[in-house]
Order: sequence, then C-alpha cells, then structure tokens
Amino acid sequence: MNKKECIAMLLAGGQGTRLGVLTKKLAKPAVPFGGKYRIIDFTLSNCVNSGIDTVGVLTQFQPLQLHSYIGIGGPWDLDRERGGVMVLPPFVRSDGGQWYKGTANAVYQNLGYLETYQPEYVLVLSGDHVYKMDYGKMLEFHKNNNASATIAVIEVPIEEASRFGIMNTDSDKKIIDFEEKPKQPKNNLASMGVYIFNYDVLKKYLEEDANDPGSSNDFGKNIIPKMLISGERMFAYPFDGYWKDVGTLESLWEANMDLLGPKHKFDLYDRNWRVYSVNPNQPPHYIASSSKVENSLVNEGCLIYGECFNSVLFPGVYIGKGAKVYDAVIMLGAKILEGAFVRKAIIGTNAVISENCLIGQKDILLQETPLTVVGDDEVVAPGLSVFGIHERGGLKNVFKYE
Amino acid sequence: MSLNMNNVMGVIILTERKDKLKELTLNRALAAVPFGARYRIIDFALSNLVNAGVRNVGVFVQEKYRSLMDHLGIGKEWDLNRQRDGLFILPPEKYADGSTSWLLNGDILLLRRHLDYLLRSKQEYVILMTNPIIWNVNFTTVLKDHLDKQADITIVYHLTDHQNCLGTFTEINTDRQEKITAVKVNPLINQSSKLSLDTFIIGRKKLMEIMDSSISTGGSDFVRDIIIPNLDKLLIYGYQFEGYARKINSLECYYKTSMELLNPKISKELFYANGPIYTKVKNEPPAIYTKTAEVKNSLIANGCIIKGRIENSILFRGVKVGQNAVVKNSIVMQKTELDYGVSLENVIIDKDCFISAEKKLMGAASYPLVISKKTQL
Repeated sequence: MNKKECIAMLLAGGQGTRLGVLTKKLAKPAVPFGGKYRIIDFTLSNCVNSGIDTVGVLTQFQPLQLHSYIGIGGPWDLDRERGGVMVLPPFVRSDGGQWYKGTANAVYQNLGYLETYQPEYVLVLSGDHVYKMDYGKMLEFHKNNNASATIAVIEVPIEEASRFGIMNTDSDKKIIDFEEKPKQPKNNLASMGVYIFNYDVLKKYLEEDANDPGSSNDFGKNIIPKMLISGERMFAYPFDGYWKDVGTLESLWEANMDLLGPKHKFDLYDRNWRVYSVNPNQPPHYIASSSKVENSLVNEGCLIYGECFNSVLFPGVYIGKGAKVYDAVIMLGAKILEGAFVRKAIIGTNAVISENCLIGQKDILLQETPLTVVGDDEVVAPGLSVFGIHERGGLKNVFKYE
Repeated sequence: MSLNMNNVMGVIILTERKDKLKELTLNRALAAVPFGARYRIIDFALSNLVNAGVRNVGVFVQEKYRSLMDHLGIGKEWDLNRQRDGLFILPPEKYADGSTSWLLNGDILLLRRHLDYLLRSKQEYVILMTNPIIWNVNFTTVLKDHLDKQADITIVYHLTDHQNCLGTFTEINTDRQEKITAVKVNPLINQSSKLSLDTFIIGRKKLMEIMDSSISTGGSDFVRDIIIPNLDKLLIYGYQFEGYARKINSLECYYKTSMELLNPKISKELFYANGPIYTKVKNEPPAIYTKTAEVKNSLIANGCIIKGRIENSILFRGVKVGQNAVVKNSIVMQKTELDYGVSLENVIIDKDCFISAEKKLMGAASYPLVISKKTQL
C-alpha cells in the first residue's frame, strides 16, 4: 500500500510569455534565479522542508530543460522508493488524449497518479513563485478548521490587487467571497496559488468540471468559485513572509535585487530552511587583482577581472578587464567582455556582450532606467549600445522592455 | 589490443603512515585533506579515472579514513554508484589469527589483503596509484602508450626540478625508447630530474602474479620489491606527463601548490584540461559580497559571506569574513568564521574554526601557521 497523507501537485506547465526572450526555450519554472536556482527550486524545497515527499510535477510547455533539471529528484532528496518526484506531462490514451486545457484539467487528467497514493489531502502549487513557506503549518490550519479547501493568501498593495485572485473572509478567515482579478478589489488578500483540498472533495469537483464544456478548467476561475457557491467550507491561510510572483522581466529582476544588500528581503543563507537545487560542478570562482566586487552574489566557475556592483552572477560568468557591471543579473556562462558597460539588465544564458558594448544607460538615475534584457545565446557585437528603450537593428533577440 | 576503458580498473592505495601535513592530517588521511576551495586531494585521482571512462575503482585505505569515507560515500558525485563495479572502499581488517592489516607497512601487502577484489574484477588492466597526485591527466593516452609499447608496467613520471615539493620521491632514468634503466627511492644525491608520479599501468593478472612472488620472498613495497628487482626481467617503460602535476607530501608543498592555483593558467588546466574535477557537492548558495568587501586575486567557493578584505587567498565553502578583517596569502577552510577586524597572513585555518574580533595571526611566507580544526580563538 502506497498511502500518503498529503501529496503535492505542482503546476509547472506555464509558458511565462511575459518573460519574453528568457522563456523562448524553456518553461517559466525553469527560469534561472538568484545566481544558482531555478524558480521551481523554491516550491520543491518548500515541499521537502515541509515533510511532503510525494510531488507530481505537471509539465507541458517546452519541458526539455525542466525534465532534465528535475531528473529523478536527487537534489531535493525526492529520489524515493515510495513517492518522490514524478514528472507528469500530458499523455495519449485510448480515446486520443489531449493537452492540459487548464490548471484544473491538468490535475484532473492525472487523477490516476493521485489514486495510487490514496491521499487524504492534495496540495496544489504553482512553480513560478519565489518564497519559503511551511506547508505543514498550512495543513494543520486546514485540519483544525475542518475545511474542504484552504487557500494561502498574502497581503498585496491595494493598487496591485487587481492582478490577483482576491479573497474576502470573515473574522474566522472563512472565505465568503472570491474574485479572480477584480477590477475594483474589495480588499488586498491575494491568492498565492497555493491550495490544500480534501482529496475526495477535489476529485468530485474536478470530475464535474471536466464534464462542463463551458469551463476553462482553471482552479482560480472555475473550481474555487464553484466550491464557494456550493457552500464548501473554505478558509484563507494568511502568509506574511516574502513572496514574489516572478512572472514579468521587471519582477524577475527585482526579486534578484531583493537578495542583495544588508537588509535583503529574501535570505538564501538560512540553514534551517535550505533551498535545494542542482549543483553545477564548477571550480571556485576567481577574483583577479584588477577587479572589484561589491554587494553581489557570485557563483562557482566565475572569472572576474572587471568590476561588479549590486549584481547577481550565475555559474561560469566571465567579466573581462575594464568591464563594469551594475545592478545586473548575469545568467549561466554569459560573458561580459573587456571594456563593456552593463547597467540594470538581465543577460541571458551564454550570451556574449562584446568589447566596449553599452548595455542599458549610463548617466540617468537607476529608478528611471528601464530594464534591458539580452536573450539566451545572443551575441552583442563590439561597441554596440543597447538601451531598453531603443530597439536595435540586427539584434533580433534583444528584448525591448516597456 | 583495442583501447577500451571498460577493460581498465583503478586502484588507489593510501598507505601513508606519517602525519605528513601536520595538523591537517591529524584526523584525516592525506587524500581527504581539503584542497582548492572545494575539493579534497583524492578528487583529482578519482576524476581523472572517471573522465577516462574507468568504472571500477578500489580505494585501499589504512587509517584515519572516516573523513575520506564521508567524502566518497557511494561515489555518486563521480558517477561511480554503478550496478556493476563502481566504487569500492577497502579498509583494513582484523583477521582470525589476530593480525590486523593496518599494521601492514607496504602497499602491496595491503593490496593482497583484499586480493578478492582483484580476483573478482574482470578488467584486464590496472591503473595503480600509490599517492594521490594533483593533476588533470588523460589516462586514455597513457594506456594507449602502454599498449603500443607492449609494456608489462608503465610508470608515469614528470620532469621537475628537485625544488618542487620534496618529501619521499622516486627518481627514474630512462633510455631513448623510454625504457626504464634505473629507479631510486629517496637518493641523497639527485641524478635525474625524472620523478615518478606514483602512477602505474599493469596487467591485472600480472600484478597478482608478481605481487605473490614478491610477497612470498619478503617483499612489501611496489616500487622497491616489484619494480626495482624486475627492471631486467620485465618490460618497464616510462610515460612522461607534460602537464601540471604536484605530489603533496609536506605542509610547505601543500601551501605552495594551493597558492599556485591563483594563477589562472594553472587552475584552468587543472580544473578543465581533460574533463572536470568532481567532488562531493554541498548545497550552498552563491558567495555574497557586501558593500565593504574588497577581494583581490583569490579563489572563493560558494556559501561564503565576505565583508572584509581578501588578498591572494583561498576560501572554502561557507567561510565568513567579518568587516575590517584582512586575509592575506592564506587558506581558510569550510565554515570557519573570522570575526570583525581579524587579520591573517600566511595562515592555513582548518574547518569549523572561530577567530574572535581583532585577533592577528601570522605565519612565514615559506612556512605557514596552521590552525587545527574546530579551534576557537
């Protein structure tokens, strides 16, 4: 018997269109973050740190990198005899099979996976947020309230509330009303996309939803409202830590910057809540005599001859002599060659910024500078200037951010 | 004969009996001494074998091997957790007659105690190492040379001046065809600049055969009792390794070799030449540099938190350097913490130490000060 009390279903099929050039070849949860991680590491690590050892990862869009990254789950200690991580892409059945039509449909199509574990609770997660959260505490809250479903919520600035699913609760945190992306939000309790369901209840609603041709098969749009209307006991679990939806280039850059500074908002160094990830096997990084590194994260395999301020460097980054890098996120193996200048930018995996290039703007205030993004594998020819606000001919992957 | 690395096994014998690196080898084997900001000395030998395609490696250990076993585990990082073959750690045993193999002084005696391992292995050739060398070598080329010459034994050597890290050493002479004409262990008068890298290729059956006849006539040492008496009887050739290689056999040598890594040309060769060097990975975040950090010419591993000044130094994983601290020409090992204003020059600090605020420690450039593991100062 493979019975598990609570298992997680991690939605990782999103394309992340707003991440533009960074998600051309990979799914959003596989986007690199924080000098070492991929976005999905945070959710996977949360599962393991919360004592959940059975995680189904639902993939669909550009899954190659994500699948090879997750592998058999070793880095997260999820390579288990019973349970562990299981990648669940869409599949073909005798009746033809189909793509995942929505978040709820993805879980519905994998009811067979859930059945093998006969769980009492199912934790539904999304693989595109950066946060550290103990799902165990949330499960306890769910049980204490005798709820059918619990939704984790976080307070967001009211002016941003219309981007989220907004919850209205009574004084016992019981949800009385839920609006997906409301035009006029009544409050600022936003859904984090973290749900706990009683399995039998979830199964019932998923099956009903699958038989509803008018449904868009989405948790936020269909399942949650339907459950509320049917009078299910649903509660909002308040979370007050750091949580960031890194769905846009700007927010991805911001979240990276949140790791820096004496009052950094997000701490990767907490030994009691480790964030696990695939460890690249690279030599220690080398800082040359000619270089200067301040207020930055630097990973293994980097060779730094130039200057680097307020930046996040992934493994194997090269910064040449005389090059200056400010407020930038430089991804795996990217090269900033001699004399180049980079400011407020994301430089994609293996991109090359050639000699004396100017990426971003030199002389205006940081807040006013728009973000400049150079896509994966892009080579910016020597001496070129690339600003976020101008589009340059011949640089097809240099993304214009507005 | 075809060049198939599936047909080759690796044997690493760690027989050192003395505390070669002083405090650093107080509680660990030489092979397990941390090196190069994130490695252990044995990683180079193991990675070279694995990069050449060797899938069966036996590590013969003699004493103080807890830390080594902890490091190697099931060999996963070297991809040696295999269904068949893989990594074998062969520690000393106590026998029914009361004798113990850790009292055996001699590499072939140790090897014979685990003769079953050699008997059971299927490979035709053995790459035998009696000392873990710091290098990045392509063993496929060495094997090819061994096969081309139809040698019985190949000894890998390099040309070096005798200034480079001497402890125990083996000097060899070769003729024009690289056939070995003389072998001397620790001669007082140095006549040859060809020094053995304590790495040999030999047929597995041949090894068992000559080992048996040597031990039965009182032999115990591979070089002294197998190579030297057989120079005329067997075809023993040298193979000159032209890259960077260092044998670590004294503290001064460890320090000097470590500092050589700060030369990017050397570290590039060592870390990339014929494949990567694998090591046990730790789940550490990237190193963080604060606004007050000032780092020059240094190698830094992940998980470090750097607030002070670092020059010509090597920092292992998870080291913390406080504000106003100055670290010069030093090696700081895993998770050691240097508080506010600490000053180090020519110092090697082992793992898990804590140096409290404003302490000043200084060694000599040619003779570093060593602070042993878990010291609280």
